[in-house]
Amino acid sequence: MSPPQDHHFAGGGGGGVVATGEDLKETELRLGLPGSAPHDKKLGLTLDLLPSKGFASAGAKRGFSDAIDTSSRDNGGVLFSNAVAASGSASSKADASAAKEKGPAKAQVVGWPPIRSYRKNTMATATNQVKTKDEASSAGPEPKQNSNSCLYVKVSMDGAPYLRKVDLKLYSGYKELSIALEKMFSGFTSGGGKDESHSETRTKDLLNKSEYVLTYEDKDGDWMLVGDVPWVMFVESCKKLKIMKGSDAIGLAPRAKNQN
Amino acid sequence: MKVQSAMFYFPEEVIEHIFSFLTHHPDRNTVSTVCKAWYKIERLSRCEVFVGNCYAIRPDRAAARFPGLRSLTLKGKPHFADFDLVPPDWGGLAGPWIEAMARSCPNLEELRMKRMVVSDESLELLVHAFPNFKALVLVSCEGFSTDGLAAVARSCKSLRELDLQENEIEDRGPRWLNSFPDMCTSLVSLNFACLKGEVNLKSLERLVCRSPNLKCLRLNRAVPVETLAKIMNQCPNLEDLGTGSLLADQFSEAYVSLISALQKCKKLRSLSGFWDASPLCLLAVYPICANLTGLNLSYAPTVQGQDFINLIQHCVKLLRLWVLDSVGDKGLAVVASACKELQELRVFPSDLFAAGPATVTEEGLVAISTGCPKLNSLLYFCHSMTNSALITVSKNCPNFTRFRLCILEPRKPDPATNEPLDEGFGAVVKTCKNLRRFSISGLLTDQVFYYIGKYAKALEMLSIAFAGDTDQGMTYVLNGCKNLRKLEIRDCPFGDGALLADVTKYETMRSLWMSSCDISLRGCKALATKMPSLNVEIINEWEAEMEENLNNGVAEVISNNNNKHINNGNDERKVEKLYVYRTVGGPRTDAPDFVWTL
Repeated sequence: MSPPQDHHFAGGGGGGVVATGEDLKETELRLGLPGSAPHDKKLGLTLDLLPSKGFASAGAKRGFSDAIDTSSRDNGGVLFSNAVAASGSASSKADASAAKEKGPAKAQVVGWPPIRSYRKNTMATATNQVKTKDEASSAGPEPKQNSNSCLYVKVSMDGAPYLRKVDLKLYSGYKELSIALEKMFSGFTSGGGKDESHSETRTKDLLNKSEYVLTYEDKDGDWMLVGDVPWVMFVESCKKLKIMKGSDAIGLAPRAKNQN
Repeated sequence: MKVQSAMFYFPEEVIEHIFSFLTHHPDRNTVSTVCKAWYKIERLSRCEVFVGNCYAIRPDRAAARFPGLRSLTLKGKPHFADFDLVPPDWGGLAGPWIEAMARSCPNLEELRMKRMVVSDESLELLVHAFPNFKALVLVSCEGFSTDGLAAVARSCKSLRELDLQENEIEDRGPRWLNSFPDMCTSLVSLNFACLKGEVNLKSLERLVCRSPNLKCLRLNRAVPVETLAKIMNQCPNLEDLGTGSLLADQFSEAYVSLISALQKCKKLRSLSGFWDASPLCLLAVYPICANLTGLNLSYAPTVQGQDFINLIQHCVKLLRLWVLDSVGDKGLAVVASACKELQELRVFPSDLFAAGPATVTEEGLVAISTGCPKLNSLLYFCHSMTNSALITVSKNCPNFTRFRLCILEPRKPDPATNEPLDEGFGAVVKTCKNLRRFSISGLLTDQVFYYIGKYAKALEMLSIAFAGDTDQGMTYVLNGCKNLRKLEIRDCPFGDGALLADVTKYETMRSLWMSSCDISLRGCKALATKMPSLNVEIINEWEAEMEENLNNGVAEVISNNNNKHINNGNDERKVEKLYVYRTVGGPRTDAPDFVWTL
């Protein structure tokens, strides 16, 4: 009876793992291949984006967020402790396997934390204005959270019993989205996801994209491979996402799309 | 028998007079069941009706039963719709209700709706069908625009109250405010804080000028300090103010004007808004803080740190405080020392996605409980909580009627001990005998439900997420909480066994919501079969999606009575979302294709 829940709620609020000595070790950044650390679930497409800083204090987590968070402001921040949540039970907490999340991926749970959409939308604009005032200059590209709303699109996957939804505005690029989706659906691919080494292999498959392909339906109703167009254009035209088996997606050759 | 015949001779007018002292609607519901005569007297004299679930009864039937109705309160979508768990177009339409009332209840004066979909056309109908219409309160509603508001403003001869709280309103321009006729002088309460767009400031000022009875005014962010000052000068009797934008330059005329205006408002008891509040404008507010009973800073991320402390320490009579967690444990400590009368506290997360340094922890909550023993209502978002803190809090504040704690990270244990938070929440239910509403979070096992079932006898509403281990958890609650009215569950491992443990229980409740749990279609069908007085509804966007895909993107119309999906295939399929509620209205006739009534 273990529903694949462990994998897809890892998201929501901001971290908050108390940085004890042990935790710090777990959150220490290391360069390494996927799977080199025990129970390491996933990974590292984004390793090269990460600065290899060490952590010295409780405030470090925030520092980390800031460090890598150049292109995604505010809501694009990283969630590490989600990982702790993803471990799901007290026993695996000791591994803090999750704390080894290295990518800036943000998996998310619809409707968590339980805050009214009205409040979320309103605070998004209120906070943006505060932060814009505080910053002398904006280092990276713009806050993608300019508008007031979220952009939820449904994500379906061949063989999975539930639909999920993702808020495209929370991601700054394809890599983040891809990692987030992998986390969200990894439970389904291994039919349970409890077996860590099993899912590790599965994950590698996902990463290699040999088994699954990410596609989307655009405004015109055409199904396209994800990744062809610039990110911003994708966010604007994506209506639905679908994770297809690689074999099914053969017909969807990437094609240059004439933008209207 | 003698007693019964004596009652028939008891003059109706006398009984009616007696009933007029019964204002609590459950009491009125009770007396209406005594006998036919009382049912008739009660229904004809009933002025206020509360419908907690708009699908529990058909609008026509409600309207026909209470022709003398003056005030109607309606709630539509399930609570979790607030968090995007209910797809758009689910329902909760106000139209049928307004139409039914228009046919049968001409005396309608007040309409209060929460989580319903209201169209502009419905608002037009509303103001034209009821000559005495006085008060419209919309909370978390959607489907209408400022054109609808214009219709309300224009046509209501004696509008007293227009209260818009946190609605999604399509903004079609600022002209709606002009629609209040010049002879409209009856306004007592006007709240348009949730409107996102511009308002016509001159119209606003004129409206306020000709509304001598105005007690409550909540402006939106588009109203600048200059206008606020002018308005305040016009209504020194204001009791409840929602400021517009509180951005003002030092020593500007507007700022000076604001200070003097505020000082004249001796009756001001409640403040909200504070959009973009600059520290300077906060200074202007100090002189009235001592009399404030309500303060809402939850949309004011600029008010934090020392600014907050300077403000709050003056608010010694405060009963109700809503803040953001950016005030930090430090800010809460000051609240604890200054606001000794505090009864309600809500702490919202300021930044959903990054662990900022100045957020609140269990320390803040413990401080509050120590300093404010009268606290009875709590909503607290935090990053972590410990069992010992919760135990301390419940010892300090045994009077909680509403206790909602949201630990932002699902399934997070007590960081000090790595244990689940069963004991902490258990302490709350053991100590707080009057607890009516409870929301729990963090790492929780079946044990916490054992406690809830055993001790939370007054509990009416319970919200659970990412908690529990087995069906036994949910069963404890169903068996133990005698007064349970609403149970909402998401992402918990409760399955058919729990769902079917006590099916008659659901008839005593308003509703049950379960999403992302472990229930199957088989279990839901079993429930529907056993309990025909319930609507057992499944929301399955996935299936509707599948159908769409199969038809190459052409969505097939799936009528509500089409059993194709329900009866083909595998009953072991997991159900994504389940909504069960008692009703005398039968299955919904307006359900969209993704809602299946079993």
